Amino acid sequence: MSDHELRVSKIRDGTVIDHVEGGQALNVLAILGIDGSEGFGVSVGMNVPSDRLGRKDIVKVEDRELSQSEVDVLSLIAPEATINIVRDFEVVEKNRVTRPDGVTGVLSCPNRNCITNAGEPVETRFDVVADGVRCDYCATILRSDIADHIDV
Amino acid sequence: MRQDHLITATQLSRDDIEAVLDRARAVADDPAAYADRHAGRVLALCFFEPSTRTRMSFDSAAKRLGMNTIDMGDVDSSSVSKGESLSDTVRVIEGYADALVLRHPSEGAATLAGERVDVPVVNAGDGAGQHPSQTLLDLHTIREDHGLDDLTIGIMGDLKYGRTVHSLAAALTEFDANQHFISPDSLRLPRSVRFDLHETGAQIREHDELDPVLEELDVLYVTRIQKERFPDENEYHRVAGEYRIDAETLEAAADDLTVMHPLPRVDEIAPDVDETDHARYFEQAHNGIPVRMALLDTLLENAEAAEGTEVDR
Repeated sequence: MSDHELRVSKIRDGTVIDHVEGGQALNVLAILGIDGSEGFGVSVGMNVPSDRLGRKDIVKVEDRELSQSEVDVLSLIAPEATINIVRDFEVVEKNRVTRPDGVTGVLSCPNRNCITNAGEPVETRFDVVADGVRCDYCATILRSDIADHIDV
Repeated sequence: MRQDHLITATQLSRDDIEAVLDRARAVADDPAAYADRHAGRVLALCFFEPSTRTRMSFDSAAKRLGMNTIDMGDVDSSSVSKGESLSDTVRVIEGYADALVLRHPSEGAATLAGERVDVPVVNAGDGAGQHPSQTLLDLHTIREDHGLDDLTIGIMGDLKYGRTVHSLAAALTEFDANQHFISPDSLRLPRSVRFDLHETGAQIREHDELDPVLEELDVLYVTRIQKERFPDENEYHRVAGEYRIDAETLEAAADDLTVMHPLPRVDEIAPDVDETDHARYFEQAHNGIPVRMALLDTLLENAEAAEGTEVDR
């Protein structure tokens, strides 16, 4: 058993999001809308040693499986992440995230003058471009700061 | 993007542009042939921001196609001042008109409006975003003087917030054009526009002064540097002064240089330029009529065709 697994105990049922870029674990929880009040068991490991990433974060959420739109946004802040679905202590499914073509309703546009920030009844929509996402409405491009604009 | 909306210049292919400009030329040659073409139809002018020439130019173009126009009036006196959303406003107005021209202070407003209504929507300026109908008349003006290929153009002034610049730069990537961008450092092209130019492999260069490139240019497109973009007035006067041209500036230019401006100008082009052979900004503004007639005609035709397709289904 490796060092980092010792720090975060195994879960019976739920999701383990592994190989998250160091420092992004709390943003992963933000994407999932988890702040602790839901009653799910949540374990977070931050900056644990990783062969692949140097330092990585790991998030374990009990009794909760991820939807596709959650995985899509996750892929933007944690492109190397692996998603393990655990049932009865066994990993029954192991997936790498893939970049989606677009993300709807999860990010807020950083452009304060964008129509999506003007109180209109509209869901934000971003296209995924080379190294970031781009607002479908005002064309503003969001790069390294995606995590700051998660709106859940 | 639906072909019966005009939301951004990036949606326009070379063929789209040439088709509208060819039609504009035909309109200019024989306006009488278009006089009743859309009789009985109504164009709604929805300007959430002040406008003189764009509003009047669409009004005039529509009437010259036989259309009637209805005008939302000033925002202060409309339902917008009661807090109505843009989404609701355009849905209501859609029932009153066959097409809608929208100017709005927020970027992306026209995209949103286009998603909310079935009638054609023309973006007549969305914040610091796009102003594609202006681009069509700019291109028409350039084409009449120089053609649109093998063109060297300098675009100068407020490149960051200038929506006419964003649309023009995007549309020119469909042609063989060398684009030079001349501005103070604080008003350079925004990341999103630069991204699109880069994606198309467009040939662009950026400069902080006009002198080194002036003599290469076929067209100099000047835009207004707005006072409100600067935190302090002295800084504004210093910067704006550096991007002002007069007849003397243009002595170093090619004889057939065309000087354009989307207007209104303040003092970035001195009045003595008006008397030179370079000045083309008033013709440019006048070209708004045939070009917007051609545009409205095209969009209404496309809308009809789309409706026909639905019936066939």
